[in-house]
Parts: sequence; structure tokens; C-alpha cells
Amino acid sequence: MKLKHTLVALSALMAASPALAAEGEITIWADATRQPAVEAFQADHPEIKVNLVVDDGSSGASGTFQTKIGLADQAGEGWPDVVFSTQNNDAAWASKEINGVQPFAQVLNEGFLDQAFLDGFTPGALDPVTIDGKVYGLRNDLAPVLFWYNKTLLEQFGYEAPKTWEAYQALGDKLAAEHPGYFLGAIGDSFEGPYVYYWSGQAPIFQVEGEKFKSDTSHPDAAKVSALIDHMVANKTLTLDSLFGASFVASADKLVAIPGAAWYAGALFQNPGGVNAKAGDWVAAEPLYWEGKDKVTGNVGGGVWYASSHTASPEAVKTFLQYIVSNEKTAGTGGLPAYKAAADAWLEAQASSGFYAGDFKAAISTAAASVWNGWGYPNFSPETAWAKVITPGLAAGKTMADLSAEWQQEMKNEAQVVGYTVD
Amino acid sequence: MTSLDQNAVRPLTGGLRPRNGSVEKAQGRMGLIFVSAYTLFLVVFGILPSLYAVYLAFTKKGAFVGIDNFIKVFKDYRFLPAVEHVGVFLIVWLVGLVFFVVLLALVVHSIGIRWLSSSMRFLYYIPGALAGASSVMLWLFVLDPTVSPVGFILQAFGITSLVSAVQADRLPLVLAVIAFWTGAGGWIVVMYGALNNISKDVIEAARVDGAGPVRIAWSIQIPLMRKWIAYMVVLSFAGGTQLFVEPRVLSQASRGVVSQDYSLNQLAFLYAFKQSDFNGSAAISLLLLVVAVVLSVVFVFRGGLFERA
Repeated sequence: MKLKHTLVALSALMAASPALAAEGEITIWADATRQPAVEAFQADHPEIKVNLVVDDGSSGASGTFQTKIGLADQAGEGWPDVVFSTQNNDAAWASKEINGVQPFAQVLNEGFLDQAFLDGFTPGALDPVTIDGKVYGLRNDLAPVLFWYNKTLLEQFGYEAPKTWEAYQALGDKLAAEHPGYFLGAIGDSFEGPYVYYWSGQAPIFQVEGEKFKSDTSHPDAAKVSALIDHMVANKTLTLDSLFGASFVASADKLVAIPGAAWYAGALFQNPGGVNAKAGDWVAAEPLYWEGKDKVTGNVGGGVWYASSHTASPEAVKTFLQYIVSNEKTAGTGGLPAYKAAADAWLEAQASSGFYAGDFKAAISTAAASVWNGWGYPNFSPETAWAKVITPGLAAGKTMADLSAEWQQEMKNEAQVVGYTVD
Repeated sequence: MTSLDQNAVRPLTGGLRPRNGSVEKAQGRMGLIFVSAYTLFLVVFGILPSLYAVYLAFTKKGAFVGIDNFIKVFKDYRFLPAVEHVGVFLIVWLVGLVFFVVLLALVVHSIGIRWLSSSMRFLYYIPGALAGASSVMLWLFVLDPTVSPVGFILQAFGITSLVSAVQADRLPLVLAVIAFWTGAGGWIVVMYGALNNISKDVIEAARVDGAGPVRIAWSIQIPLMRKWIAYMVVLSFAGGTQLFVEPRVLSQASRGVVSQDYSLNQLAFLYAFKQSDFNGSAAISLLLLVVAVVLSVVFVFRGGLFERA
């Protein structure tokens, strides 16, 4: 299987071989996390001059990408050749003509890149960037939500690792009673609530049908998630700290388990500035499910590379795009690469390093194949509404039950502002 | 001068007059040269963009649409909250600014020890040398209790995280403190200069009449500083309505807890770059301009800015 994928990747590279000789100058906008991968490209392709502009990668739905393209559109110049975004929903605007300017995103299938190369992506990986059969971007990494737990701590406390959300909540009760201070996750960033909990919990709070946006935070499946969060915030097994904040890092040795994305591997556990886990302590397990419900999970980003339709060096852009998603050394930039051959290599390397206990490869593969497809990718993010309504609300002692109606309204308002119809 | 001298000079006066005129002319020319650079920038970066905004605000895709853009903006659910945010911030900030700047200027002015007074003025001025965004960065550290050097003060107010420090009801105060810290120093120096302009005789006379420092400040110094205070209010008001950098940086740092649509200028920004609606954006900008101009006119005439002393 792996050989086949490698062959596909190789043939894709061979087919693109004229592009390998491409010369030219390209401007790339990407965040600091992507910088080493871009620098690796520069080292391997000295014939292409790269101007890397480091920005925030639009993280937290800051809108940097769209803002700067809007400015370039208005000016009629200044477009980059390649852009990286941590968000999955940019295709919604980048695929459209705006104020009479051609869509920014280059259609990548239909001849721009070889279909054989595009077929090398993990099935479903390009769904968030595919509109009406046109592929507008290449996924950098897949970010399915799985369940991470500290095997050593659980064994020490004599607990079983939960497999369902119900068991996860019950574990929280035991932990709060018997080992106060230890905790099971965080909800202080704007992405965890929507993607890790509501998306994984199959809550229909962020859906798009054509030009219609739907959100129902009072749906039973959403209310269940809200109740879980409220329960665990109340007994302090869910912290309101940000995963990347000083106070989370200071208490990271009390983290017993956490549902979270595949990229937590590099960004959190193997990060000296994060959890800084000891080899062999942590297990990547299959995602948590609700008892008796579909075995589905959520997805937290997994950035996207876009090519500019304005580029003057399309061959250099092609060379770069193929390299950045499939080069086994850097693809995925710390997470699970979206390109299958690179993903297999990454999983193999992770498994053989023995850093994670348990069947790392199986857990991630299962998670990657079970992302719930009921979640929408409209031209705005649930994160802004979460940050505006929920984060300060929870910090002020309110509950999801108090806040979810307001949150829903804020999302609907945002949807309306960018042109969706709502109920 | 003796009369002899005057007589001696008289024949020359006919010849001097044009020379006097040419001095005035030369000064006028110099003035024009000094002003021209400013005027050029004003036209290129102030007047032309404003005219472009007027054009954009009343059109849509190049066609005249009357006040449609304004109506759309008024109906936007984010508009009134943004007006309220900016309004509350302006009140808190301007009142604080006037009070503390005048007070601190009076205090510094009354310090008799020269080196102390001048080093105080220098200290006040330093934060003003930092650009807006970088001073907000500094405040991010001050406001986050986990890393703040004055974390214990924040904790005493029940603030345990950056999120609670920038919560909606505290935000006007937080923004006002940041704005005061960056902007007030320069104004204190200006006010100090204004105080220096007040004739010592007047103060001396008041003192002889038995007025203490408070009475002198209230009845003589502050009324004589009226123009400068009005000047400060006009400029600060114009700057304050354009609140943008502080909430924008706080928004990114607090991962969106300070919303991206907090102030009117941010809303205009979102209109232009999130919704690609430059017409709506121009409508908001124009509203800001009208409000700032109207209130500035009030302060200019009330404050007697154009009266000759």
C-alpha cells in the first residue's frame, strides 16, 4: 500500500519534472510555523527565488489573508504568489470575483496541477477547499480530533481511559473528587469549543446549505455538548486557560487527558514550550464518541496553501506547492500531512520513534477517516463569535447554557453580514 | 535715538519702505515654503482620500445610490455597539485627560527645583515617543496577571487572566489608561509651556492679594490655559473617535475576546476588507469625519482658539 502511494507520488513528481526546472521569483505569505518548511524548499530549490513574508497565518480567524488580498485587489497590484492560511474556509471568498477583480485563488485541478498528483491526497482532505468540483487550495495537514491521554498518570490513579464522551465526563467527576487540580482539557482558545467539542459531538451549530447558514445551539446534540462543557468547567477538569498561555504551560504536568487535533503532537506534547511530554507517557487514542451515536470526530484547521491566479511564475508556484505538501521531511509541518505518501512516512516515523505509547498510526488513521461532514465552511469562522461571546462569558462565571443562544445569534449575524441567508 | 539721527535717516526712508516690504514678502515666501510641504501631504493623504470617501459613500459600483450605504451601516447590528464603545471611551478618556494633564502640569510647574521639574517633564514625555502599536504590546504584558510586573494589583481587583482584564465593562478604562499613558506626556509639556506664558506679575499680584496655590490655579492659571485645553480636546477627540490600533492589537492578543468590531474604525476596516464593501466603509468614515468636524468647531469657538490674545 505504502509502496503504491510512494509510486504515485513519484510519478506525480516525474510528470511535473519540467516544473522542477522552473525558475523565477515567488512571494509567499505564511506563518512562522511554516517558515522552516519554506526554508527547506529554498535550500532544495536555489533556482527559485523566494520572498517569504511571515504573518499570523490568519490564526484565530484574524482575517489577515482576506484583508491583504482585499487591499491588493483595490490597488490592482501586490498579490503574493502563494499564501498559507490556518483556516479552512478561505475558499469561500477566494473562489469568488470581488468588486470586479478575478478570484484570487487559482483553480488547482482542471490542468494546473496534474490530477495524478492531486489524487495523492488522503481521500476527503481537499473537501474543505473544493467548490463545485474545483479545487482551490492544497491542505497542508489533516487535523482530525482524537483523544490524547497520559497513560502513566491514568495507571497511577487506577483509571481506565475513556472511549466515550460519557465516560470522559465520568472520569472528570472521579478526578475532581480524588485528585483535584488534575484536568482533562482546555477551552480557553476560540478553536477548542467549536471544533473539538461541538464538531466532534456532531452538534449542528455551523452548517451551510448553498447560500443558507444554519445554526441550532438548542438542538439535543448541541445541548449535550454544552452540558458536558458546563459540567466539566464547574468541577474544574476543563480549564479556561489558552493552550499556548503561560498558566496552562505551568500546570501542564497535571494534564491527564485532552481531546484535540492531530497537530497537538508537535505543537503541544513534543514542544518544550508546551506540555513537553516525556517519551512513552502519552497515548494518541481514537476519538471519543457519544454512546450509540455515529463514530465521528471534529477537525481543527489543518492549514491550506493557495496559489494566486495573478502569479507571473506559475511553474515556480507549481514546483513549490508540490514540494511543500509532499516533501516527507517537512510536509505537515509538525502535524499529519494531508498528502498520503508523506502522511505514511510521518506516521511511520512517529511510530518508530516510540514517543507515543499505544497504536499511534491506527488512532490517527481512524480519526482522519471519520471527520463529521455535517460541518460547514462558510466565509466566516465560528471562532470570532466564540471569542466574543463565550470566552469572556465563561471567564465571568456564566455557563454554556446561559450563553449559547447569544452565541448562535452572533454567528447568524455574522453569516448575514457576509451575505448568507439565515432563518 | 536722537532727532539728528532721525533726520539723517529720513531721506532714506523712501528707499527703506520697499525693503521693509520685501522683508515681509521674504517672510511670506518662507512661510509658504514651510507650509507647502504640509499642504502637499494634506492634499495627498487628507483631502483627496476624503473626497474619494465622499464619492464612495454615495455610490455603489460607480452608480449614485443616495444614502443607501448609510442606511445599510445604520442597520448593521454592530454599528450601535461600536458607537457606544467609542462614546464611552471618549468620555472616560477626555475627562481623565483634561483633569490629569492640567493637574500634573500645575504640579510640575509649581516644583521650584529646576532639575526635578525638567526630569519630571522628560519622564512624562518618554511614553509618547513609543508608537501606538508598540505601547499596546507593552500593555499586553502589564495587563496579563500571569506575566505582569504589577500582577498583584490586578489580582487585588479580581483580575486573574488577560481575558478578564479586557472584559467589555473594563475595556473603556483600559483603553483610556493606555491612551493616556502614550499621549498625555506630550500634552503635559505643552501645558507647562502654556503656564510659563502666564505673566509672573499676575501670579505675584494674586499672591499679594492672599490667594493660595489652589486659588491661583483655579482662578488664574486654568482660565488662561483655556485655549490650550480646548486645543488638546479638539485634537484628542479627533484621534479618539478613530480608535483603532489599541482594540485591534488587543483583539489579536486576546484571541478575539476584544472583538474585531469593537470600534467604528474597526467596523469600517471590516467592511472594506472582510466584506469587500468599500462603499459601506467609506460611509462609516464619513460619519466619523462629520462628527469630529462638528464637535471640533464647537470646541474651537467655545475655547476661543481663533481669538487673538
